[in-house]
Amino acid sequence: MMSVLDIKGLHVGIANKVEIVKGVSFTVESAKTLCLVGESGSGKSMIANAVMDLLPSSKLKVTGGDIRFGERSLVGLPAPEMRSLRGKEISMIFQDPMSALNPVRGIRTQFDEVFSAHGIDPEQGRRARMLELLELARLPNPPRILDAYPFELSGGQRQRVMISMAMALNPKLLIADEPTTALDVTTQAQILRLIRDLQAEFGTAVLFITHDFGVVAQIADDVVVLRQGEVVEQGTAPKLLRSAQHDYTRELIAAIPDWAPRSAMDSSAPMIDARNIVKTFATKTGPVAALDNVSISVKPGETVGIVGESGSGKSTFAKCLVGLEEAQSGEIDLEGKDILALDRSSRRKARHRMQVVFQDPSAALNPRHTIGRTIIDVLRVNGHSRRDAPETALTLLDDVKLERGFINRFPHELSGGQRQRVCIARALAANPKVLIADEALSALDVSVQRQMLALFADLQAQRNLTILFITHDLRVAAEICDNLVVMQSGKVVAQGAPVDILEGDLHPYVLELMDAIPGQEWFPVGRQTQPQAEGV
Amino acid sequence: MPIWKSIISRPDGIIAVLFLVITGSLALLAPVIFPDGPWRMVARPFQLPFADMKHPLGTDALGRDMLTMMMYGARTSLGIGLVSTVVAVLLGLTVGGIAGFFGGRIDSLLMRATELFQTVPNFALALLLIAVYSPSITSVVVAISVVSWPPVARLARAEFLSLRRREFVQAALLSGQSNLRVAFSQVLPNALSSLIVMSALMVSMAILFESALSFLGLGDPNVVSWGYLIGAARAVISQSWWLTFMPGLAIMLTVVAISIIGDAISDSQDPFFERRENT
Repeated sequence: MMSVLDIKGLHVGIANKVEIVKGVSFTVESAKTLCLVGESGSGKSMIANAVMDLLPSSKLKVTGGDIRFGERSLVGLPAPEMRSLRGKEISMIFQDPMSALNPVRGIRTQFDEVFSAHGIDPEQGRRARMLELLELARLPNPPRILDAYPFELSGGQRQRVMISMAMALNPKLLIADEPTTALDVTTQAQILRLIRDLQAEFGTAVLFITHDFGVVAQIADDVVVLRQGEVVEQGTAPKLLRSAQHDYTRELIAAIPDWAPRSAMDSSAPMIDARNIVKTFATKTGPVAALDNVSISVKPGETVGIVGESGSGKSTFAKCLVGLEEAQSGEIDLEGKDILALDRSSRRKARHRMQVVFQDPSAALNPRHTIGRTIIDVLRVNGHSRRDAPETALTLLDDVKLERGFINRFPHELSGGQRQRVCIARALAANPKVLIADEALSALDVSVQRQMLALFADLQAQRNLTILFITHDLRVAAEICDNLVVMQSGKVVAQGAPVDILEGDLHPYVLELMDAIPGQEWFPVGRQTQPQAEGV
Repeated sequence: MPIWKSIISRPDGIIAVLFLVITGSLALLAPVIFPDGPWRMVARPFQLPFADMKHPLGTDALGRDMLTMMMYGARTSLGIGLVSTVVAVLLGLTVGGIAGFFGGRIDSLLMRATELFQTVPNFALALLLIAVYSPSITSVVVAISVVSWPPVARLARAEFLSLRRREFVQAALLSGQSNLRVAFSQVLPNALSSLIVMSALMVSMAILFESALSFLGLGDPNVVSWGYLIGAARAVISQSWWLTFMPGLAIMLTVVAISIIGDAISDSQDPFFERRENT
């Protein structure tokens, strides 16, 4: 087998001070996929940037080791030579296809640049080649896509365009830096399949960067696990998945939720009973129904999962509950009282019994307020006196398992998981009956997700909270929810006990969502559950 | 990065601060050093600077001491610059803040009103206001504030509008804090940095504005300002160039110094600036 990229003892850092990558070696072979796995800060993107000579600061340098691409060493390669390699021999796709495409220029112009940058004449049938590539990426109606602007395409379509641009000149190596993290599960499944197919057709070597072992199980031939710039473990995918040697690798693999949907609970009077909620948004092409007669009922003390792709209306439903949006018609009963029938101020008051934990904890905290101030502000308006609020804030920090010393820190001094704990403490400060977690885990590292799930379970037991868990991750939903609601384009398509929905008679859309879950060969989903697939 | 650190980390910033501190203290000390005021005729007219060290900056056409005139002029120019900026910022912040925070119909109403002010040429409107209300310090401040608040309102609206949609603001509203409280404690501190940058530049705008008005003879006739000095000496510019040159230089240096500080403040607010320089 021919090695395309050979990295030996790579060190990246700021001269003699900070080392970000500490002696990493691996080889990517042609027509194979190597997955670099690690949590944020593990240096995985830094390695990709070092290969492309795109290190984010002039003071960051390759301080040791070698990067060999075929016969050549890429370390210290003069800029013009590096430029001729980029796009032609090595190409790259990024996490966020929206910011990787220029928003004010058409797809055709941007696509054209790939060819003209490498001196290929317009006469050589560029248009035909572009259409062919878009076709290969399974984009519907390629001529239309070519004339479109990035904002007219969906996230998945944009990523496909990026991929066809990356494959345009038949590169030997494709570097994919978390290309599916910003997409939802079904789109992720399609993109992963597309990369696989193109790889088979072109014989491209793929360096795939991810933090999700499900994705690894789906596509990797070889795996390198990184932590804090060092290789923890490396080997072929089946070997690593079956018998990981290092604790850290095992921890990452264990972070994938087990498939164990719960069965129905006994019924009691609902905590929230939303009936026939309708919400439409006016758009250029006419009104779009974000919520089309949605009825969801939640019992006290249970965890209800609302799952669906982006655009299914699951977040809009949460917003209608708490009053960030107002439903056009329908009823919302909270503990038996219709809150939409109340006058403005008592409706607002009733809604404070429901608190939201948002997706991105860094956006959800005021950067200029200390943690203490953030929590105390909420306590003060919820009936705590100036005197006892600080003490209560400290006990809330205990509740979410943060050190008391964090009370005087600012959000930017905390990690993502710690910030999310602060957001939960703030929500609890309003003494809610219902906690709405709107994709509260998807911005966090996998191992942190585990800890957060445990925290949610603890809090629910201690405070008898009702939790509304909005997610696109069926594995998580199957593990923790007492009840499931599946939404698709503004409608509830299935509702009931997880075991019935996920293992009983499957709705076609549920089937589609389940098919899209990555890494099923290794981490099985669905009814046929057996312990790990041994024979593979 | 704190503002002061950003200013003293660049040499031009240190010079600018020193210049403004010296000018400001001279302006404040003017009545102490020259208790008789600027209008007294004390010597032979048209003396060159440094010719007679009792009058180091020379004398004007009526034999008044130029140093005294310049120091009293600094009082007026800097004072009007600061006061009218404060008034304009408060006015603009109120209008823009309300428009951005509440949005919808209130927003369009307030913004159309703002645009109404922006469609009238600034200087013509200021001239008109002063002509109607007879030139005095107050009318000059009012005129400058009235023509310079609309950009502040637009900036404040844009900031409030985008901050309003941020999740931490929504979380604060959902937790039961009142609109007013959220506007002051959550939104305003985050909008402040760009407003500070803008107001620093507005001070120099206001100083230029006042000078232009005084040059045209529409300043307060009872106080000296740099613009007034230029206007008064323009008839004798060919034989006594220093009478226009010195106040002109003072205006230019002040405006440049303020711009440098405004620039340093805006750098201090750019989260990527530090990284760009130091990693």
